[in-house]
Amino acid sequence: MYTQALDTHGKEPLPAGEGGAVAQRFQARVDADEKIEPKDWMPDAYRQTLIRQISQHAHSEIVGMLPEGNWITRAPTLRRKAVLIAKVQDEGGHGMYLYSAAETLGVARAELFEQLLSGAAKYSSIFNYPTLTWADIGAIGWLVDGAAIMNQIPICRCSYGPYARAMVRICKEESFHQRQGFEIMLTLARGSAAQRAMAQDALNRWWWPSIMMFGPSDADSKHTAQSMRWKIKRFSNDELRQKFIDITVPQAFFLGLAIPDRELHWNESTQHYDIGAIDWAEFHAVLKGNGPCNRERLEARRGAYESGRWVREAAAAHAAKERARTASTGGSTAQTGRT
Amino acid sequence: MSSAERHAAESERELQAARCRYVLRLGDTALVLGQRLGEWVGHAPALEEDLGLANLALDLVGQARLLLTYAGELEGRGRDEDDLAFLRDAPEFMNLALAEQPNGDFAVTIVRQWLIDTWQLQVYRALAASTDTRLAAIAAKALKETLYHHRFSSGWLARLGDGTAESHERAQRALEELWRFTAEFFAPDEVDERVHAAGIAPELPGLAAPWSAQVDADLAAATLRRPAVASYSWHGKRGVHTEHLGHLLAAMQHLQRTYPGLRW
Repeated sequence: MYTQALDTHGKEPLPAGEGGAVAQRFQARVDADEKIEPKDWMPDAYRQTLIRQISQHAHSEIVGMLPEGNWITRAPTLRRKAVLIAKVQDEGGHGMYLYSAAETLGVARAELFEQLLSGAAKYSSIFNYPTLTWADIGAIGWLVDGAAIMNQIPICRCSYGPYARAMVRICKEESFHQRQGFEIMLTLARGSAAQRAMAQDALNRWWWPSIMMFGPSDADSKHTAQSMRWKIKRFSNDELRQKFIDITVPQAFFLGLAIPDRELHWNESTQHYDIGAIDWAEFHAVLKGNGPCNRERLEARRGAYESGRWVREAAAAHAAKERARTASTGGSTAQTGRT
Repeated sequence: MSSAERHAAESERELQAARCRYVLRLGDTALVLGQRLGEWVGHAPALEEDLGLANLALDLVGQARLLLTYAGELEGRGRDEDDLAFLRDAPEFMNLALAEQPNGDFAVTIVRQWLIDTWQLQVYRALAASTDTRLAAIAAKALKETLYHHRFSSGWLARLGDGTAESHERAQRALEELWRFTAEFFAPDEVDERVHAAGIAPELPGLAAPWSAQVDADLAAATLRRPAVASYSWHGKRGVHTEHLGHLLAAMQHLQRTYPGLRW
């Protein structure tokens, strides 16, 4: 994962001041489904929107390593342990490609990382929920990665080339993770009464936060229209949310688990599932830093960063000494060459 | 059955038991070290090291799976990799005591990793020529991974040793702290001797000299001092562990112990 429409936040300057021929050519290229590349001219607002979205996505991958990493030491079999380590490692890898994609827009990874650690940058709210049992690892794969894929498949066609290309690879890995998560849920659902209860409890806790991953409803989402014109976004939050619900509800039926929503029902006239009211107060509280694990997640990231400082300094000092040694060797060779 | 036949059968049983135990030792060392590295994931000093440590953990858990599966077959009691990993208590674990030592700071983790990498390099390289073809195949695969692990750990040892005054001091301290556990590396017992006599495993003391040469070369590149010879030898491979292993197993085995006999 894990993009999330966080677009009620951040000031997005309108591109009004950037009219003229060059802006029109830019929009014409976007309209023609051409890819915009790093050296191409682009409106500053387009650049800023992408930096914000890609870095939030990268931060989400990095923070997302924590709730799942929480179960690496306790995975119930060696195969599950290996799969989980590989999954968390993939997320770190996604973070790296995404930071690289953001860097093509002229911002340094270190700067973005500082924004995460200072709390200035957002990341997907889903990772502020705790992983309390093994079933949560299944639920995250099934629901959270499932929602992420729904959000991200359209980004493979994003107008900005480096982001679109990073997303192609990420989506392949995510769909693998989603199947692994579903398979954990299936094993639990077909297991003992205690395992079924564990699976149901996980679904109860992860369902609504997963639904909220698609961001505010379209009525409250300010920047959807502009992002769609730029082809950074292809579907609205509510469209993607509905797609996710329609695909996921039958999967829950297949697992024999109950979706924790008494108002959930099939709507014959729209041919979609209708759901009960989303608790947007909870969503905003978690985004503002008041979710169950916001403090723990940021503390873990800051702790790793601070306690790793001397290591990074050592690596830099060693590299500098190596360069100096190479230079002095190279210098003497050159001198020998002259004499 | 004549007494000579009985004697031969008894000797074969003993060899099988020694072979099983030898494989278990290798598997447990890989598993316990992999488990320790798993604790780092998400908390490393930089994103690249998060990925690197996860990679090592993944390889080691993979080696453990192959080795424990084989040990279970040799034992002949129907135990699979998970029975062996999750349903044995500390005295039945046969890993080198070094593998179970806590992560400490990054220097402790790197020194622990590097020491075991250099040991595994010698052992796996020799085992690739074992008369036990199954073990030889596992060792050949593990050797490729271990060569990479050693590049990672010796590379970091050099950065830490040669980097800043602080990193040098931390690396040297980690080395002084962990060195005592290396006394176990090449001290053979009856299991090692029996599998060596049967051509299954190398003569353990014979690996000490090439190991020592590798260690000295890596320490020189890292500008670190080799500590004095350790006075007390732990016997992790005989099931005599430090206090740390029980805690590691408590976390690792939690689900299998709480919900016995289930599929996961």
